[in-house]
Amino acid sequence: MSLIFELSKNSRRCAVFPDGGVHQYQLPEKFARKELDLPQIAEVDLVRHYMGLSRLAFGVDNGFYPLGSCTMKYNPKVNEETAALEGFTQIHPLQPAGTVKGALKALKQLQDALCDLTGMDAMTLKPAAGAHGEFTGMQIIRKYFVSRGMAERNEVIIPDSAHGTNPASAAMNGFRIVAVKSNENGGVDLDSLRAAVGEHTAALMLTNPNTLGLFDENIEKITRIVHEAGGLCYYDGANLNAVMGLVRPGDIGFDVIHLNLHKTFSTPHGGGGPGSGPVGCKAFLAAHLPDPVIGENGFEYSEDSIGSVRSFYSNFLVCIKALTYIKVMGADGLKRASQNAVLNANYLLHKIKDIYDVSYDRVCMHEFVLCLQRMKDETGVSAKEIAKALLDFEIHPPTMYFPLIVHEALMFEPTETESRETLDRCAKVLRHLHQLAYSDPAYFEGVPHKTVVSHVDEVKAARNPVLKYEKGTEASD
Amino acid sequence: MEVREELKYTATHEWVRDLGNGLWEVGITDFAQSELGDIVFINLPEVGDEVVKEEAFGDLESVKAVSDIYSPFSGTVREINEEVVERTEAINNAPYEAWLIRVENVTDCVELLDAQQYQEVCDHE
Repeated sequence: MSLIFELSKNSRRCAVFPDGGVHQYQLPEKFARKELDLPQIAEVDLVRHYMGLSRLAFGVDNGFYPLGSCTMKYNPKVNEETAALEGFTQIHPLQPAGTVKGALKALKQLQDALCDLTGMDAMTLKPAAGAHGEFTGMQIIRKYFVSRGMAERNEVIIPDSAHGTNPASAAMNGFRIVAVKSNENGGVDLDSLRAAVGEHTAALMLTNPNTLGLFDENIEKITRIVHEAGGLCYYDGANLNAVMGLVRPGDIGFDVIHLNLHKTFSTPHGGGGPGSGPVGCKAFLAAHLPDPVIGENGFEYSEDSIGSVRSFYSNFLVCIKALTYIKVMGADGLKRASQNAVLNANYLLHKIKDIYDVSYDRVCMHEFVLCLQRMKDETGVSAKEIAKALLDFEIHPPTMYFPLIVHEALMFEPTETESRETLDRCAKVLRHLHQLAYSDPAYFEGVPHKTVVSHVDEVKAARNPVLKYEKGTEASD
Repeated sequence: MEVREELKYTATHEWVRDLGNGLWEVGITDFAQSELGDIVFINLPEVGDEVVKEEAFGDLESVKAVSDIYSPFSGTVREINEEVVERTEAINNAPYEAWLIRVENVTDCVELLDAQQYQEVCDHE
């Protein structure tokens, strides 16, 4: 497919400007760029170009997207309908709060629903995405200790299976990171945790179920160990889709959480989303939430707040979509969504686990991690090649090489919205690829074979990235 | 996979070479580079920085993942290998020539492994 620059022909136009009624003005020579090289193209060709590009994109609306740890669930269209209501779209963030009471009421409803679902006492919808939520949550913990004269509590404990954003969010808040090992069941090793906690412990950051898709059965022991050492417990809500209506983080010892509306609450994920990362906390931390919070009477401010964390209040329309989802599903529907997400993951796993090795052979939650080390040793075909080969079958590749503690990892998260037929087909494709790896490993050279752009040289792309079009360097394919 | 007799190793897959006069060279092993795959970016400390035993002194990025590189000892960085920073493929091509940092004033070293012990560590990975 051509780039739009390559379609350009001198003097083609796609707009006829009306006479503006002002005299033409010639820019002084020194301000005029000599070669601006904007593409010149007719409207029909422009439309076809972007329609063509859109057909090459792959999203949840196109096919199965089992990207582990990312919860690429289907985004119901009713979410878009409510978010498009004029009362929500025809308002401006700089309007006086008194003139947008309905919008604030909608946000308050979402806030309260999320508190109910997670067992938290207070919630902010402000953070712009998951990592921003983590950063905000850890800032609240920092503020808690510093404002109480306990700045020496400067260590954050993080399991070795954690998302990379956890240590990054803690480090950005000035904490030192202490890693703890996983035990033979893929959970937190209690002895390592006991050895790690102490008078410098500020918090433990934990995802549960963790990035292996396993629920840590010691969770109450874990949070107790941290609390007894004087630390707080932070819940990374990335995997909340496994436990909605079944387990509330607030009931098992967590003090601060963040959620990902773009994962668990069916708002668009990827493609710029945008995301939304609400942060919840227990009552004793509520005064530190970002300013302002939405109370009974609209915006409220606190002297002990960590500050604003961003301009304006939340990615508003994303919140409306999440609220729609929660209202449509209801408490029982959300619980069934989680149960189905767990069922789907176990179903797919059981359809393939006689031939693929699973990292920890237990009942999984909403996702599972395969370990393809044995296949790589025996055939030379790696996790990366299996992932890329899936593209030829119109299945989006799962997450690869994460978590880092599993060699040749492939992490599948089917989500609750996939039918049995879709899961059966995916299992069939995976079995087919497994058989190919052993019978015809050469097939995997240069996979995927059928996509517009086939095997991309990732190493060259990382070492010598070409980030802008230059005339005369037209793409070769 | 190559393990060299004349070098010392850590269980976290770094190699250490004694250059004499209190100067030590650190790199990553053949096993480490083959596990990581093609390395595309490396982040190293600056000359004069202090490295601390068992703490990360830099990180490596491959097309698979970003991994920390741990210091076998505490000391002061005297030199970094600029050439490797520019051409990260050197680490994949010749891991035992592609040293990353040279450290002096070394104190407090981890228990280093000899070639045979390190080979055993790799066999169990």
